[in-house]
Amino acid sequence: MPPLGVIDYGMGNLRSVLNAFEEIGHEAELVTEADAVAGCDRVVIPGVGAFSQAMANLRRSAMDEALDRHVAAGKPLLGICLGMQLICRESGEDGTHEGLGWIDAQVRHFPPAEGLKVPHMGWNAIEIVHDNLLLRDVASGADVYFVHSYYVDCTEQTDAVCDTEHGIRFASVVARENVFGMQFHPEKSQSVGMQLLRNFATLQ
Amino acid sequence: MLKKRLVAVLILRDGQVVQSIKFKHTNVIHADPVHAMEAFNKWSVDEIVLLNVSREEESRAAFAEAVERVSKHCFVPLAVGGWITEADYARELLTKGADKLVLNTAFADHPGFVEAASKRFGKQCIVASIDVKRDDAGVAQVAVDRGRRLLEETPAAWAQQVRALGAGEILFNSVDHDGARKGYDLESVKAIVEAVDLPVIAFGGVFTWSHLLAGIKAGAEAVAAANIFHYTEQATRKAKTFLANAGVPVRSEGQSLAPVRAAG
Repeated sequence: MPPLGVIDYGMGNLRSVLNAFEEIGHEAELVTEADAVAGCDRVVIPGVGAFSQAMANLRRSAMDEALDRHVAAGKPLLGICLGMQLICRESGEDGTHEGLGWIDAQVRHFPPAEGLKVPHMGWNAIEIVHDNLLLRDVASGADVYFVHSYYVDCTEQTDAVCDTEHGIRFASVVARENVFGMQFHPEKSQSVGMQLLRNFATLQ
Repeated sequence: MLKKRLVAVLILRDGQVVQSIKFKHTNVIHADPVHAMEAFNKWSVDEIVLLNVSREEESRAAFAEAVERVSKHCFVPLAVGGWITEADYARELLTKGADKLVLNTAFADHPGFVEAASKRFGKQCIVASIDVKRDDAGVAQVAVDRGRRLLEETPAAWAQQVRALGAGEILFNSVDHDGARKGYDLESVKAIVEAVDLPVIAFGGVFTWSHLLAGIKAGAEAVAAANIFHYTEQATRKAKTFLANAGVPVRSEGQSLAPVRAAG
């Protein structure tokens, strides 16, 4: 079986993502070369850090083009945390930066509000607003672990399959055909997170 | 809405999980931290803090190895601390699976390193551990170096200082309350909560579930305990049920949180 690839592009620790796939018994391997993407039947883009740096790293290694071909071939792709922001059209983090563009959305900073803590850090609920196979056996209102200061603002509301409240309501899970994103860290969200990763790993 | 977090602290000395009483560590609770970790994973704890309280700096390599072993089974955020004074070691711990670094003495002795680490890894990665100790007159003072060295700082002033150096969160503990079974030093918790807008994790002294509730009422975003979680079967789940029944928003996992009469 072709492996599930975890894209390593120099943005943070990928160990816990690999640990999580090992826990659910699904083979996953790090993908550091763009050429290796073609050998994967599905890929995960994890990562924490700055949007512009992440895009620069993906472009330098031509990983962006390899991922484009992966998505065009209809194979599943999941962006986690920063990875979910990278799959969007554009980010306003420190200027304006073009993203990978598969989800028609803008990445914005949380608007300041009295008593609202940013980064949004901790356990918060995901409310299911559109059914999706990615959410199989996950209850609406389940708590997952977030750490982020920017959020995804979808142009097409049907792309936002879950939302979460933190001062505003924002898209916490996005899906468009074979492209998926989770703003939280499923690898740190205990059994709910494991179920979400299992769902992604077994999508047909 | 963000949930209030329940945090389990594992205190490691020479690789073994030990009981902590007023920052002295004599009783071994678990020979292997992974065993403790596996129980917490089942019991819906929200976060794990792993602290190296070994007396010798040479314990760092073995602790990093323990972090690697624990993180393999840890599917909640993992914060680690003890003897972190320079960037290479901080980086090593993160690579081995830690999500956050808990820094204490470094804020006093290596502020440049703390600032650089906060810039490099982000504020959300830096947890300032603030320990207080009361003098004979009952005045709370900040202590570093595993509680042995007093700084001439109030908890509130020190909280502002660690925030300025790049902390994203505060783990509060009290040398006097640690292991003393009388609940948190609530006065100090309140002073810190009022002084800074960072999330505060209250720690030190929990013996009943109502102590956890008192920490939340004092303004803590998260409540932590160590010893009690090791000695009570299903401890973290019972603690959560108690908090939920008291109206505190907590995370529920799987089949947990059926309303039961919890000890309090």
